[in-house]
Amino acid sequence: MRLAERPTGTAAPGTRTGPLLRVQDLSVSFATGSGRLRAVDGVSFDVGAGETVAVLGESGSGKSVTAQTVMGLLPRPAGRIDGGSVSFDGVDLLDRPDSYTRALCGTDIAMIFQDPLSSLNPVFRVGTQIGETLRRRRGVSRRKAREHAIEMMHRVGIPAPEKRVDDYPHQFSGGMRQRVMIAMALSMNPRLVIADEPTTALDVTVQAQIMSLLADLQREEGMALVLITHDLGVVADVADRAILMYAGRVVETGPIREVYDHGAHPYSVGLMGSLPTGDQDRLTPITGAPPDLRQLPTGCSFHPRCAFATDRCRTEEPVLRPAPDRPQAHLTACHHAEEVLADGIR
Amino acid sequence: MVAYIVRRLLFAAFVMWGAVTIVFIVLRMVPGDPALVMLGPDASPDEIAALRESLGLTEPIPQQYLHYLASSVRLDFGDSIRLGGDAMGHVLERMPMTIQLSVAALMFAVVFGIGFGIVAALRVNTWADRVITVTSLVTHSLPSFWVGLVLILMLARGLQLLPSGGAGSFAHLLLPAFALALPFTAMVMRLTRSGLLEVINEGYIATARSKGLSERVVIFPHAIRNALIPIVTVVGLYFGAILGGTVVIETVFAWPGVGRLIVDSIGFRDYGVVQSGILVIAAIFVMINLIVDILYGYLDPRVRLAR
Repeated sequence: MRLAERPTGTAAPGTRTGPLLRVQDLSVSFATGSGRLRAVDGVSFDVGAGETVAVLGESGSGKSVTAQTVMGLLPRPAGRIDGGSVSFDGVDLLDRPDSYTRALCGTDIAMIFQDPLSSLNPVFRVGTQIGETLRRRRGVSRRKAREHAIEMMHRVGIPAPEKRVDDYPHQFSGGMRQRVMIAMALSMNPRLVIADEPTTALDVTVQAQIMSLLADLQREEGMALVLITHDLGVVADVADRAILMYAGRVVETGPIREVYDHGAHPYSVGLMGSLPTGDQDRLTPITGAPPDLRQLPTGCSFHPRCAFATDRCRTEEPVLRPAPDRPQAHLTACHHAEEVLADGIR
Repeated sequence: MVAYIVRRLLFAAFVMWGAVTIVFIVLRMVPGDPALVMLGPDASPDEIAALRESLGLTEPIPQQYLHYLASSVRLDFGDSIRLGGDAMGHVLERMPMTIQLSVAALMFAVVFGIGFGIVAALRVNTWADRVITVTSLVTHSLPSFWVGLVLILMLARGLQLLPSGGAGSFAHLLLPAFALALPFTAMVMRLTRSGLLEVINEGYIATARSKGLSERVVIFPHAIRNALIPIVTVVGLYFGAILGGTVVIETVFAWPGVGRLIVDSIGFRDYGVVQSGILVIAAIFVMINLIVDILYGYLDPRVRLAR
């Protein structure tokens, strides 16, 4: 039962216009013991071919669920897509049967997971796991797949790949495991790679190595890269654009330097404030805890934690709008963006 | 590796010593006298005393025990009082029948237990899952001798489809193997189901899916190889239970194996045969566990290195 080869909609890459990945008004909810919770609420964003986009937010902000939805990995039947569309190369994946998305996965869209130890199968050799996509999806022989795995391991900077190809995941260090994971994801030259917290489970010293490896590979391959993270510092030098999510919604988006230097949403400004920099004595954390998705605050979900909150914020839900007096690509969902920008001297 | 094998062999010797020692003590504590059983109620006390003397039963029990151990080391396990000749010889002669029955039951349990377990896990919370789970709960709770008797009544006596007892053909094997396997099948099924449900939520399953592998490949081999690890251990352990179960099933189905030989020999206080039978079963049990450990290392590379 081999899956279909590259779906016909993507037979000629590059012939379609428009972004590679377009998420429009996506809403996803989960059934829990105490009712349904809306994990993703009307999220829209584009990722162009060859672009690196950072999706930022605290845990529970809906960034990982968005990625799972794109990959068709949403846990069923607990997770449910309530609306919106996810288009890859102009084809709405949510309209197509699951098998269509599954056929794109691995070859056109690949994913790098957070914890490389639990994400690698402990009972198979890493070479087998790296070469598996090629072998199963393209019917390549075991020997050829192994050669390909060695080549991929070499490319992601694993020393002595000829020897290590037959090792098991537990014989690798955390950083090397993540390199294995990256080799696996890139083995079919995907056009889009989604990395879900790729460095979170790693030592700080290794984080930078892995991130620069991803950036290098992105440049060489020209693939689009979506970096999902809660840590702006990790992606600031790598990403072109940033999408900030809070409580399942996009609250701010724009070129990463623009968002970084001129945050127009109190949440983004808060995220920057919780970053260590050289000239700070102490970090400024965002006060309060992420909201309970089952009982979201009225109006702007962020208002209980926001220093700018007014009565309007408590009643009226803000929508994305151009950040005042900022470049056009910079959008924010804050009633008080003007004050935030004026205040946001960092 | 050599040290490991030596350690395992020492352990095996210890287990077998423990088994025969317990059996030796229990047999001597059971009331009854082999000489009396052999000669029957009409024998004179003198005849009985003479036979006791010649069987070595007049010695104090600790001395009998040391005597037994000393000759066991020389691979002399005593004679059968009832059947005459080498006790171990009688056991080994019956062994193939017991192995045939046990292996048939084991294979049935593994094939159907794992098979139904996978089906139940993949269809979790559907009617198929519920039917399988409830059936396994019921079959697990039924005593196998009762199942054996019901099978005989229904299929052998009632419908006359299969022979009710004895051995010699594949048809003879079906009922006893099924009755022996039933509770075990239920257990393997439940283990497979819960193991697979646990594994299916692991990160590497999401990874396998993200590689665009078909759901069949995600289950075989990605999920199943991991789910099998604990099952193999339990299957190995329960092979001992199957061997023990043959004692009952062989009696119910008149299967000419070691189990029935042991039961009959207990009745005759045929110490040599009972001790030899238990020793062989203990040896097999130890061997199976060794195989399981080796297999475990094959299934789980993390264990292989730790050794």
